[in-house]
Amino acid sequence: MEPLRPSDHIDAEALAAERAESSAERERSGEASAASAIAQPALGVVGWLRFAWRQLTSMRTALVLLLLLAVAAIPGSLVPQRSADPNGVVQYRRNNPELYDVLNTLQVFDTYTSVWFSAIYLLLFVSLIGCIIPRTVHHARALRAAPPKTPARLNRLVGYRATDAPADVETALEAARAELRRRRYRVERYGDSLSAERGYLRETGNLVFHMALVGVLATIGFAGGFGYNGQKVIVEGQTFVNQLGTYDSFNPGRFFDDVRLDPYGLRLDEFDPEYGIDRTTGQAQPLDFTATLTEVTGGVERERQLKVNEPLSIAGTTVYLLGNGFAPVITIRNGDGQVVFDEPVPYLPQDANLTSLGIIKVPQGLDEQLGMIGFLYPSAIQLDSGALSSVFPEPDQPVLTFNAFTGDLGLDDGVSRNAYALDTDGLTPIAGRDAPAEPLVLGLGQTVSLPDGLGTVEFRDLRRFVSIEIHHDPTQTGVLIFSLLVLGGLIVSLFVPRRRLWVVATSTADGVRLEYAGLARGDDPGLEQAVADLADAHSQRLAPTLET
Amino acid sequence: MENLVAYSLVAVYSAMGVYTIAFILFTLDLAKRSAAPSAADAAEAARTEAAPVLNASSASAAGAVRAAAGGAATATAVRPTSSRASGLDTPGGAAPVGATRFQRAAVALAALGWLLHLGAVLTRGIAAERVPWANMFEFGLTATAMGMGTFLGALLWKDVRYLGAYISGFTLLSLGIVTTNFYVDVVPTPPPLQSSWLVIHVLVATLATGFFAIGAGLSIMQLIRSRAAASKAEGLRFVHTLPGASALESLAYRVNVVGFVFWTFTLIAGAIWAERAWGRYWGWDTKEVWTFIIWTLFAGYIHARATRGWRGDRSAWLAIIGFSAVIFNYTVVNLFFKGLHSYSGL
Repeated sequence: MEPLRPSDHIDAEALAAERAESSAERERSGEASAASAIAQPALGVVGWLRFAWRQLTSMRTALVLLLLLAVAAIPGSLVPQRSADPNGVVQYRRNNPELYDVLNTLQVFDTYTSVWFSAIYLLLFVSLIGCIIPRTVHHARALRAAPPKTPARLNRLVGYRATDAPADVETALEAARAELRRRRYRVERYGDSLSAERGYLRETGNLVFHMALVGVLATIGFAGGFGYNGQKVIVEGQTFVNQLGTYDSFNPGRFFDDVRLDPYGLRLDEFDPEYGIDRTTGQAQPLDFTATLTEVTGGVERERQLKVNEPLSIAGTTVYLLGNGFAPVITIRNGDGQVVFDEPVPYLPQDANLTSLGIIKVPQGLDEQLGMIGFLYPSAIQLDSGALSSVFPEPDQPVLTFNAFTGDLGLDDGVSRNAYALDTDGLTPIAGRDAPAEPLVLGLGQTVSLPDGLGTVEFRDLRRFVSIEIHHDPTQTGVLIFSLLVLGGLIVSLFVPRRRLWVVATSTADGVRLEYAGLARGDDPGLEQAVADLADAHSQRLAPTLET
Repeated sequence: MENLVAYSLVAVYSAMGVYTIAFILFTLDLAKRSAAPSAADAAEAARTEAAPVLNASSASAAGAVRAAAGGAATATAVRPTSSRASGLDTPGGAAPVGATRFQRAAVALAALGWLLHLGAVLTRGIAAERVPWANMFEFGLTATAMGMGTFLGALLWKDVRYLGAYISGFTLLSLGIVTTNFYVDVVPTPPPLQSSWLVIHVLVATLATGFFAIGAGLSIMQLIRSRAAASKAEGLRFVHTLPGASALESLAYRVNVVGFVFWTFTLIAGAIWAERAWGRYWGWDTKEVWTFIIWTLFAGYIHARATRGWRGDRSAWLAIIGFSAVIFNYTVVNLFFKGLHSYSGL
């Protein structure tokens, strides 16, 4: 039985021609009506629906949708995407406000979740499903069916050859059957001829490939909803607990429920970066980052190492090392010498030498609320201009500088504020460039006074922090399995040849006349050779019978 | 180590020198073919799609003639994909001009150039103490070596020497561009690249690129050939010494599907690596987008080959567009698009 194909598939054409010729096949043509073009009477509603469905599931539609999908994916690579590069989108808006509005309306900043992109791939998958379901049913039947009857005239087919052999019809056909079986053909005898077919795996592979593609999409669509991911900054010595409130940011999937968070703890014991120096540019280059963590699950502690390409698997989640930096421990005392602030402050790295930016907010304990914006220079040198600069990302000569402000920090009005930004509007500068006093500058272990007897600032210690990303992605296993099926199905469907061979034996005066021919289903450059090989092997099998 | 890097460059320049001569000889060979009276032209006049069969065994030829005489679009007439039938294996067959002296010398020089090229790749890898494809220069160096190697390997399988001018010219041009514009010294790999997936993912990507390059070359030849067959004008005469358009098409298809399998693998391996390194297997990074676009284009190409009305020139164009997208992905996307794959080292 033929693999079922849309009516505009190239095989359908050859098939129709073959069918028109072969009287043996003509009786069966009802079985694969989709493959033969039949003139239809005027269409009713059902007729139109069937017409539309056939159009949607045709090869041409699939092809056009595939090419449309390729073209539709391009804009997403030209403009920044919200999902991958949100800051890029903000910047784009600032630089091209008018174009931004147009593109935003067209959902170009969310290309891959946009209505138009989704429409294309959903139509493609509907077309695909509409194509593979009937084909699967058909193939399941074909797998149990015998090879089709031998065509009346073999000489019109590929690799036709005829030879004479000194044997009788029965012996010749038995030998041919054995030879075909050895080559893993399915063999059926029709009169004095054999019809053989092999390569059913080609269609199986093709169907597996397409179904696995549907599987990938379905897995992402359904299982994706149960996933979540979140980010967290951990300073050396601190412990992160996997609970909703402890994340710095958290993105749940559609079906997420916080009972799904497996409770475990992670303590950062040490972060150890390794740097080299590029000999041509003199720039520092990161060679390796290693974070040593202690995992605490159910009261049991276990040491784990986290590297950039080596995420950790902990209780159904995957933990990635995203970034790192310094967290100076800063102690602030008020005029009376009482400690009002004492904690490590994660500083955000600004360049390759880890010049870093940090924000400190002290809302209570001082006479006024205090906000400070400061830089950390891990290996500080003073430039000719007087400005500081860091020359290496290791803390060889750590120096902190601060601009200080007093006033209402806006922390009391219940609106959540970004801990990594300080809005200086409405604040009074007390130390810094536009302030009465110079910026604060202090090395490790040093203490400086705040202006106006407000208190003191101490640079007590320098620790490191890592930012980690925690993922729970239930689609991973499914997508991986389906992807491997895609690859396997593809290889099988492209490289296993589906072919038919026929052997016809006719009794002659001094033996038997043998005719061979083949027919390819799909691309099969080796068919002619296969017919020749079969004929040769068959002759060899028949040769010994001549001698005995 | 410093020395090895220098030797590697010397080998690149030597390979380029040898490729230049090979390119000239391949081109001269095409010119020489033009001068030779072409037996294929005679066959071309009577050529149906099935006509290449004429040069195969007499039995099958008889069958084909009968098929042609019958006039019906039989399966044989529609699909003369058999390599034996197309005369590609038989230098005296449909491509009647055998190896000219130019051609033999050109192939020998291409092989010599490739050995030098391979030496350059290996010394670069030894000097860097890692695989030699961690930045754009190295990727270009290795991918062109793969392309040339695939071409030379293909010669053992089929006589595709008519592609020599295209492949050697393309390799030469690419090597020139990567050594002058993309060159960077050996530097240690940054942490995100320190993974065994660098070996697998990028190696298979270079292999796929090599196959697509040859597939595109065959498709270009196919287009030239079918143009020449369609127009009665004289045109480029060497064209008539090429195999028929449908034989070129089926050869291009076989090369491109291998490339497609490698590309599919590259995509999957890349996703697995991305999951390890960036915490997600797919995030529509610019490079991922273009890998997807290329995959979709070649999937379209394979479907086009199976769609009535899309075989022939249209599918050939798709293969060429697909390979152009591969080149675009390597050059423009690497250099000008913002994304996570910013490892050009420039």
